[in-house]
Amino acid sequence: MTTDSKWGKETLRQMLLIRNFEETADKLTLRGKVPGGMHNSSGQEAVAVGVMSALDPKDVIATTHRSHHHTIAKGMPVNIVMAELFTKATGCSGGRGASMHLADVENGHFGGNGIVGAGVGIAMGAAVGIKQMGHKKVAVGFVGDGGVNTGRTWEAVNMAVIYKLPLIIIVDNNQYAVETFVERVTGGNDIAKRGAGFGLPSFTIDGQDVEEVHKYTLEARNRALAGEGPTFINALTYRYYGHNVGEKGQYRTQEEIADWRSHRDPIDRFSAKLISEGALTQADYEAMINSVAKEIEEAVDFAEKSPLPDVSTILDGVDSGLLGASK
Amino acid sequence: MSTTTPTTPTTQQNPTYSEAFQSGVREEMKLNPNIFILGTDLVERGGHFAQVKGIAQEFGVDRVKDSPISEAAMVAAGLGSAMYGCHPIIDLNFIDFSLGAMDEIINQAAKIRFMFNRPVPLVIRATSGVALGGAHHCNSLESLFAHTAGLSVAVPSRAYDVKGLIKTALRSPDPVIFLMHKKLSGVRGEIGDENTFIPFGSANKVKSGKDAAIISYGYTIVSAQKAAQNLAEQGIDVEIIDLRTLYPLDTDTINETVQKFGRVVVADEAPMFGSITAEIAATASEANFKHLKGPIIRVGAARAPLSANPQMSEAAIPSVNDLVEAVKKVMSY
Repeated sequence: MTTDSKWGKETLRQMLLIRNFEETADKLTLRGKVPGGMHNSSGQEAVAVGVMSALDPKDVIATTHRSHHHTIAKGMPVNIVMAELFTKATGCSGGRGASMHLADVENGHFGGNGIVGAGVGIAMGAAVGIKQMGHKKVAVGFVGDGGVNTGRTWEAVNMAVIYKLPLIIIVDNNQYAVETFVERVTGGNDIAKRGAGFGLPSFTIDGQDVEEVHKYTLEARNRALAGEGPTFINALTYRYYGHNVGEKGQYRTQEEIADWRSHRDPIDRFSAKLISEGALTQADYEAMINSVAKEIEEAVDFAEKSPLPDVSTILDGVDSGLLGASK
Repeated sequence: MSTTTPTTPTTQQNPTYSEAFQSGVREEMKLNPNIFILGTDLVERGGHFAQVKGIAQEFGVDRVKDSPISEAAMVAAGLGSAMYGCHPIIDLNFIDFSLGAMDEIINQAAKIRFMFNRPVPLVIRATSGVALGGAHHCNSLESLFAHTAGLSVAVPSRAYDVKGLIKTALRSPDPVIFLMHKKLSGVRGEIGDENTFIPFGSANKVKSGKDAAIISYGYTIVSAQKAAQNLAEQGIDVEIIDLRTLYPLDTDTINETVQKFGRVVVADEAPMFGSITAEIAATASEANFKHLKGPIIRVGAARAPLSANPQMSEAAIPSVNDLVEAVKKVMSY
């Protein structure tokens, strides 16, 4: 199927922006600029951009410890994301969150999470809210292949099914739970089949094909808006870097990583398709690469120059104080 | 300290502690369409303690939702919908069951305002305290929640406070752990009207005294009243302070009480080791050392799981006599 040129170019640009962000942030983390480190999502761009391009900007997401790609694809400006990684006052969480706690609840980003499996429950709760208030929106809960071995994920899936919630569960399945290969720790070794066991449409898809991710998400969103309940999507993908920055991984081979990079890279695949279809010229593509590089450079500059949070605010916002206000 | 003690005597016409909860929730549900209740066995049965009896029939099953026994998902449903803009009441039945949702409560709900500047107007209701049922139905976990930044904890001892505190909780933008003592469920008492709100962090003086004070909350207030009668016969006039909430904590009243008597007992039925009574005794001693006539004495439960055998269970928690002896001890200094 031929790709719509405008959509294709924006989608490709988003994936390039994420890739450049991650590779830049990775280097900055090694230089000590990112307190607590970060989880690099390079290789997983198509899952984030494919899903988000099928959503309305007002839809809700809740995600995982590896969430830069989801956050950028959701529309948060990269300078705000970078500033949060640097724990600066200008970051989306005012420097209180860093890499794992990116959020913009007002705009439907209900947060990354330091706890494996927690995002699906929060998204499910948002879907409860959407349904209670009669809004025409969906919520998307991201989970990794590690998170599908937590009980809370499946409790949330079950609840979404029985209440017919407008929820889409996306397994951003990069095949390694920290350093453990998914097959070694996943009983039955079929994540989509687990989903199907709860009685909802459940699919395993190619997470390196941004158009396939987009198509399945769009269909899931339409079902949700029609009142038909949740959908479970297991998107097979791969991360090129370690679980955390600086990791010396002995748990997989360099050949395996090189194979995914050279044969299944989501950006290479999609750019080649757009060029072959005439939707994009090589010159356009190079200009796009340069343009995102400049955008990320500016984001780093913004983060560097941003002020640190005021440490005298450490008690601010713990609670509203309103419970005892009339005392 | 609040002066909200009812003035008329308790009668059989008064509502029960559980009905007081219904009354407060009903009033707030009428005013706020975004309040809903989610829990097990709520629609037909009205909850295991009749705490929401009739509410589903009045407001419909969209606002009173029967749930699977799935605590993590129940609290997640409350947490996510509260972030979205609802004001859910998640009914966990027994607080012991909250342990299956500790991540959702402590890691998530308690921290979202701090990290993401987003209110989480979520009420988690459960019964608490020691009755029959043994090790998995009698935990007193209130200190754990009070210890967690971002959570508030209500521990009402009578119908009036149940209603006034739940109404305040349902106007609050913050997560509240609302703990109702199971042995008080059927106890009748006067309740306030639709405009009676009890602020959190305001203790109630249950009884004035001249010689010493017992600071407590929940069912132990009942035991303290019996102890006060017994002590009166021995010529000791004891004051009783009901904290009503453990966070925010009414430290002003605690300090005034310590300064007034210099002889204070702090009591509850949670295991004493690391409990809220330790927090109160330590901070009150630091702040009021020169007013103390002797150490603040704590009364609490053994650091042991509760037994199903009623006599063993009773032996683990403070008796009326333990309170009497504790007051006599502070009087001995």
